[in-house]
Amino acid sequence: MKLGKLPAKQFSQLLKVHQMNSDKITKGVLLLSSFVILFVAGGMIFSLVEGAIPALKSFGLSFIWSNNWNPTEGKENYGALPFIAGTIITSVAALLISLPLSFSVSLFLGEYYRGTRIAKILGPMVDLLAGIPSIVYGLWGFYVLRPLLIDLGLPNQGFGIFTASIILAIMIIPYATSLSNEIITMVPNELKEAAYSLGATRSEVIFNVVVPSARSGIIAGYILSFGRALGETMAVTMLIGNANIVPDGFFSTGNTMASVIANQFGEADGLKLSSLIAIGLLLFLMTGIINAIGKFIIKRMG
Amino acid sequence: MKNLALLVLTVFILGACSNSSNKQGGEKAGTSKVTLTAAGATFPMPYYNMVFKNYTSEFGTLLTYGGIGSGGGIRSLTDKVVDFGATDAYLSDDKLAEMPAEVVHIPTVLGAVVIAYNLPGVDGLKLSNELLEKIFMGEITNWNDPAIKANNEGLALPDMEITFVHRSDGSGTTYIFSDYMTKISTKWADAVGTGKSLQWPVGMGAKGNPGVAGTISQTEGAIGYIGSEYAFAQKIQTALVQNSAGNYIEPSIASVSAAAKGEIPADTRIMLTNSDDPESYPISGFTWIILYKEQNYDGRAKDQALATVTFLDWLVSADAQGQAEKVHYAPLPDAAAEKAKAILRSVTFDGQPLLK
Repeated sequence: MKLGKLPAKQFSQLLKVHQMNSDKITKGVLLLSSFVILFVAGGMIFSLVEGAIPALKSFGLSFIWSNNWNPTEGKENYGALPFIAGTIITSVAALLISLPLSFSVSLFLGEYYRGTRIAKILGPMVDLLAGIPSIVYGLWGFYVLRPLLIDLGLPNQGFGIFTASIILAIMIIPYATSLSNEIITMVPNELKEAAYSLGATRSEVIFNVVVPSARSGIIAGYILSFGRALGETMAVTMLIGNANIVPDGFFSTGNTMASVIANQFGEADGLKLSSLIAIGLLLFLMTGIINAIGKFIIKRMG
Repeated sequence: MKNLALLVLTVFILGACSNSSNKQGGEKAGTSKVTLTAAGATFPMPYYNMVFKNYTSEFGTLLTYGGIGSGGGIRSLTDKVVDFGATDAYLSDDKLAEMPAEVVHIPTVLGAVVIAYNLPGVDGLKLSNELLEKIFMGEITNWNDPAIKANNEGLALPDMEITFVHRSDGSGTTYIFSDYMTKISTKWADAVGTGKSLQWPVGMGAKGNPGVAGTISQTEGAIGYIGSEYAFAQKIQTALVQNSAGNYIEPSIASVSAAAKGEIPADTRIMLTNSDDPESYPISGFTWIILYKEQNYDGRAKDQALATVTFLDWLVSADAQGQAEKVHYAPLPDAAAEKAKAILRSVTFDGQPLLK
C-alpha cells in the first residue's frame, strides 16, 4: 500500500502513532541507560564504602594522617598518609612543571601560529601524546629518563617523586593544551580587533583580552589534567620507587594511592585489603572534591 | 511506579547474571569433558603452565590456571569458584579455621629465592647471615664496607652505594625471603618480621620478579631477591648464601631439592628455609595446591572431584616431577611426594576416598 494513496487523515494518524512509539522507545532506552549508569556508580560507591569499613573501624579517622604502613601479621597497622602525600606532591609538581609548557603550546597553536602549517603538524602531535599508553611512558621513563637523571647526580638511582612528576607532567600536557587551545581559538575576533584598534600590542591583546576571556576554559583544562595526574598508576609505579614512606624531599622515593593499590591488592586480604579499599575511597573523594572545586571556579569566572 | 518497575527489572537482570556465573562450575561438571579451574600463586606458574598443558594433551582433561597471587588463590577456594587453589605460603592454623570446610595442602614443587646483585666483574659474592642482616637492615650502605671485604677476599668490591630492591607487590617470594631473614636475625625478626609484604627498613620497590630483576640489571650496585625459577632462566648474577651448617651454597636445582630432605610433617605444612641439610640452599621452599578434603560441596559432580584428585596425583608423580627442571624448579624428593600421595588418598567424596 502506497502512503501517497492514503487519505490525509489516516496518514497523519499513522504518522502520529509511529512517532509516539519511537518517542516512547527512545525515552525508555534513555531512561534505562541512565539508570544503569546511576546503578553502577551507586554500586561502586557502596562497595568502596562497605569494603573500607573494617579499616576505618580499626584505625578511625587517624587512618588518613597516620604514616604507619606495617603489613606484618600481628603488628598490622595501616595509615594512608604516605600515599596521600605522594599523590598530592607528584600531581601538584606535575601540574606546575606542565603549566608553562602547555600554556605556551596552547598560545602558540591558538594565537601566534594559528592556522599555519607548523601548527597543523604540532597540534595533532600534542593530541597524540594523550593517546600513548601510560605503560609506554613508564618504559621511556625507566630506560631513558632515569639514566639521564642518574648522570645528573639524582639520588636513589633516579627513582622517586621528582622522576615520577616529570613523567606525569609530560602525560598531562596534551589535556591542558588541547582544551586551552580550543578555548583560545574561540575568543571572538571582534574583541581582539577592538583592542587592536585601540592601539594595543599583540602581547597586550593576548594577556588583557584573550587570556581573561578564555580563562575559565583554561582553568578547566588544568583541573582535568590534575585529575588525570591524581589517578595515574602504571607509569608512576615504575618510577616512584614504591617506598611506603612520607617523602622527606623532592628527590626522595615514595608511593601514590593508585600505585599502592595496584601493587598490593593481589595478595592482600583482611584488614590490609580493607585499608587498600579505604585508600581507593579516599582517592575517589579527592577526585570528587577537586572536580567540584573546578566546577565552582569555572562557574564564578564564567 | 513505572520507574520502580524498571529498577526492579534491572536488579533482577543483574542478579540473574551473577547467579549464572556462580553455577558455571556445576554445569561444566555435567559435561563429558571435564574442565578443571584453578587459580593462585604466580611463583609456580611457568611450571604449572607447562605440566597443565602436557596433562591436557595426554589425558584430555581441560585445565585452566589463573596466576592471580597466593592471596587470590585462597580467596577463590574460599568462594568455591575454583577446583583447587595454589599458594606459596601454607595456611596458618587460624586461616585454616576460617575456611568454610577442611582444606588439605599438596606440595607440588620446590623453588628458592636467590640474592641477585649487579656488580660488573664481581662474581661469586659470599654473603654470611650477618652480612645479609646488615645489608637489608640498612646498616651497611657501601659495597666496599670492610665487613663485606673480609668475607670476600680476592674480590674487587667497588666504592659504590648499595641499592636494595624489594618487591612492591605482595608476594610468596617475599614471604620465603622474610621467613629466612626472621630465622637468621633476631634484629630482623623484631623490626620487620615475616610476611608477603613488609614494612621495609630501606630500599625501593619494583613490581613482580621481572620488575625487581629489571631494576637490578639496570642499576649498578643494586641487590635484591628474586624467585629462583626466574633468576635461573635469566642467568642473573647471584650470591652464595651461608646455610645452617655454615657452608656457602650456590642456588641450584640440586641444592634447592636438598632443602626438603629432612623430616616433613604429615600435612606438609613446613617452611624449608634454613634447612639442616649441609648441602641445602637455605632460602628454599615448597609451593602448594590447596583443595577441600570433602569434595562433595556446592553440588559438584563426582566426575569433577575424581578428575581433580586424579590430576593432582599425576602432578606429584615422577611423570610430572621429571619435567620440573626444564623450567628451573626443583622436583619433590621421594619422601615428600609420598606424603603428598597419602594426603590425596585422604580426600573424599561423600566420605568415601576418591583414590585407592
